[in-house]
Amino acid sequence: MNSMAMKRVLVSVFFAGLLATPAVMRWKAAARRVAIGPSLDKQADLSRYGFYFEEVSHAAGINFVHKGPTLDPKLNDIMPEVASMGASVSIVDFDRDGWPDIYVTNSAEGSKNHLYRNMHDGTFQDVAEQMGIADVNQSGTGVSMGAVWGDYDNDGYEDLFLIKWGRPELFHNDHGHGFTRVSEQAGLPPWINANTAVWFDYDGDGLLDLFVGGYYPEDVDLWHLKSTRMMPDSFEYAKNGGRKYLFHNLGGGRFEEVSAKVGINSRRWALAASAVDLRGTGHPDLFVANDYGVSELYLNDGKRFHEAGEQTGVGFAPKSGMNVAFGDIFNQGRYSVYVSNISEDGTLIQGNNLWVPKEGTAGNNLVFENLAREMGVELGGWSFGAQFGDLNNDGTLDLYLTNGYVSLDKSKSYWYDFTKIAGGNSAIIGDAKDWPAMDGRSLSGYQQKHVWLNDGAGKFEDVAQAVGVTDTYDGRAVALADLWNRGVLDAVVANQRGPLLLYKNTVAPGNHWIEFALQGTVSNRSAIGAQVELSWNGQKQIQEVSGGSGFSAQNDRRLHFGLGKDVQLKDAVIRWPSGKVQTISNLVPDKLYTIEEPK
Amino acid sequence: MSPESLVEVSKQKKASSIKQWLTLDNRFVPPVFITLILLAGQLSYGILESYSKTLLAIGAAIAAELALGRFMTNKWPHLASAYISGISVGILLRAPGYWPYIVCSLLAITSKYVLRWNGRHLWNPSNFGICAMLFLASDAVATLSIQWGNNLAAMVVIWLLGSAIILRLRRFHICAVYVVSFLLLSLLRARITGDPWLSEVSPITGPEYQLFIFFMITDPKTTVRSKWGQSFVAFMVAVVEMFLRLDQSIYAPLYALFIVGPIAMLIEMWLNSRRVPMLDGATLQSTVAGSR
Repeated sequence: MNSMAMKRVLVSVFFAGLLATPAVMRWKAAARRVAIGPSLDKQADLSRYGFYFEEVSHAAGINFVHKGPTLDPKLNDIMPEVASMGASVSIVDFDRDGWPDIYVTNSAEGSKNHLYRNMHDGTFQDVAEQMGIADVNQSGTGVSMGAVWGDYDNDGYEDLFLIKWGRPELFHNDHGHGFTRVSEQAGLPPWINANTAVWFDYDGDGLLDLFVGGYYPEDVDLWHLKSTRMMPDSFEYAKNGGRKYLFHNLGGGRFEEVSAKVGINSRRWALAASAVDLRGTGHPDLFVANDYGVSELYLNDGKRFHEAGEQTGVGFAPKSGMNVAFGDIFNQGRYSVYVSNISEDGTLIQGNNLWVPKEGTAGNNLVFENLAREMGVELGGWSFGAQFGDLNNDGTLDLYLTNGYVSLDKSKSYWYDFTKIAGGNSAIIGDAKDWPAMDGRSLSGYQQKHVWLNDGAGKFEDVAQAVGVTDTYDGRAVALADLWNRGVLDAVVANQRGPLLLYKNTVAPGNHWIEFALQGTVSNRSAIGAQVELSWNGQKQIQEVSGGSGFSAQNDRRLHFGLGKDVQLKDAVIRWPSGKVQTISNLVPDKLYTIEEPK
Repeated sequence: MSPESLVEVSKQKKASSIKQWLTLDNRFVPPVFITLILLAGQLSYGILESYSKTLLAIGAAIAAELALGRFMTNKWPHLASAYISGISVGILLRAPGYWPYIVCSLLAITSKYVLRWNGRHLWNPSNFGICAMLFLASDAVATLSIQWGNNLAAMVVIWLLGSAIILRLRRFHICAVYVVSFLLLSLLRARITGDPWLSEVSPITGPEYQLFIFFMITDPKTTVRSKWGQSFVAFMVAVVEMFLRLDQSIYAPLYALFIVGPIAMLIEMWLNSRRVPMLDGATLQSTVAGSR
């Protein structure tokens, strides 16, 4: 064999090796997945991961199945895609009995929302009808998309704001005995097509304000379309969505819409929003995840907002934002932000974002970097709601993500047609009549969920299958709460056109916990925006009471900290929205502390 | 991406006029142009996964070209072509991990040295690399599809810049035939599928599609020589793409070129072998070296 022939053989072998590389990488990934695949041995999972979930909705008396809306017949061809949201879940102790209750939305015209009262014995009872917040999807008024709870009049009882594609509703909680509709008195507009809202006290006046993020433009009645030109004009750069609202609480049950006055002007397609004090200024900043575009981060100086998405790094690469959750994942007293997007093998890999504050940046110079891939939480399918919470009480925040868009015919996919239209000119993508018919095909349906366990050293491991989260419904909202006051976080998952799932958590003995139920006095009574910095075993973790987070969800307002083993608790420093700082010492683990703000 | 061989044509067209010395070396025109597109896309739309991944793709392509070129020909190769392959991989490939960028670039460059017939490589290197990754690693990669926005402005910019360079290289007819064929066949597709015609036209109205039109199907090294032949091949790419689209293949244009390109090359070589006396060994060797 001459020299040239030998060289050709060597290069060919190298070439063959390159062609084989993807198979090797796939085999390695599959081997890793098998290692944490479904398990039938709960005790083994308990000792390995420190917890497992059991889906107990039926045993708990919950048999709720979400119904989706049926919009204008002109959208029939793509109805499953357009009418693909509305399942939501929020946790609230509406009757102040010390046990978390569950509110879930329905979205078919004429369908009813459910308020599941916690019966303290492991079961729930739907009391929405008798409380007057069930029949809220009547024809002509739009349908529910979500709900957030906050005590806007500081009477000690959580009031309900109902997010709708339609007439937004505010219900006053009459001391846990019923609800009174006060939408007109509050000054709410007649129609908003929204998917997200957040209660927060942006100006620190002790009264909860309300942000509402529009999705479709507010002049679109999805049941009576004047035109089919109501779709986003771009898949990643759309700015023809609904407007944003900031309702400033004037007291006396009245609100003034001030968004433009305080610097919130956007017509991006908002799907999720949440507020937290990212910079330690004492003022909650507002993070908005937008579908078809970049995220927006509104930094709050207490009076006005300054949009700093690009400045902070979170608002440059456009994706399909569908979730905002904050978590101090490194126990360093700084929040990271999890934004979910779309990933579909071989088709579209946006990847979810885990925005982590960059070392050496803080305050007005805060910059985030996306470490989702490095930390193992990037790929979650067509991701929707996610929440941080310490699921195994080991002292670090884990991440629960639900996903799946449209599950219809399992053997047929709409992805080809979706990409065909989504990459085209705005004149084409913006008109629903140009979209190919779905014809019963699935679009990222039947997806496996993700429960990522934080190892505390910079990596998350997906253990969903192993710990019992095996459903493949079209997940939308996740809310975490200690539903039975056991010192563990349970998960409630709302699925589009699917059942409400209640995953009861069992945590291995030995790991400790502590919880805080905060009540404002000078600050808003819900204590939304109050931050607890807990120090133990030489580390500290911050958590903040939230008026809405994830996707169409709200966690329990009580803050839950896992502590791990051999706990040496130092103290808890509470920063109230009023600016007061309160230090609680002599804490003992495995206890719920109810703390009122000093007057 | 195709333009590595635009360098070849540029070299052939290189005039001997003294003005040439005062202008940018033609071999650098395609790399400069595609770099401009990359920067414009990144600064306006943030198209890249990350700068590091794109640099990794470019670095891997250049390293492979240097190593293989030296190993196979005992000469240091010109790097413009490898740079274009690398940057094309960096633009078009989307993957959460780093390894696909390295493997794709290496596949693209190595294919030039392995998949040859009569001294010519058959596949456009970046088309081969990206298609190979989509075939073999669909769980790990996708390609740029909808990340360049949906507005007319970006498309017009690419058309203006693209037309300028393609006219200069006298290959605009390839783009024109492909576009006209696509539009006519979209009517047929709409009739067959029952989908709105505009949904069938939609892909070609996106800016990222223009990269395919201007820089992949026009690749001089992997297209046939005659003008009529080039036009026919462009038409056939559109025809094969139509069938792939009817089979709901998301990457139909890339796969169509992957299929049609080498077949056209082989047919041309076969036809040439019937017309032209066999080259002697020395000439063949020289052709092999030159084609790299």
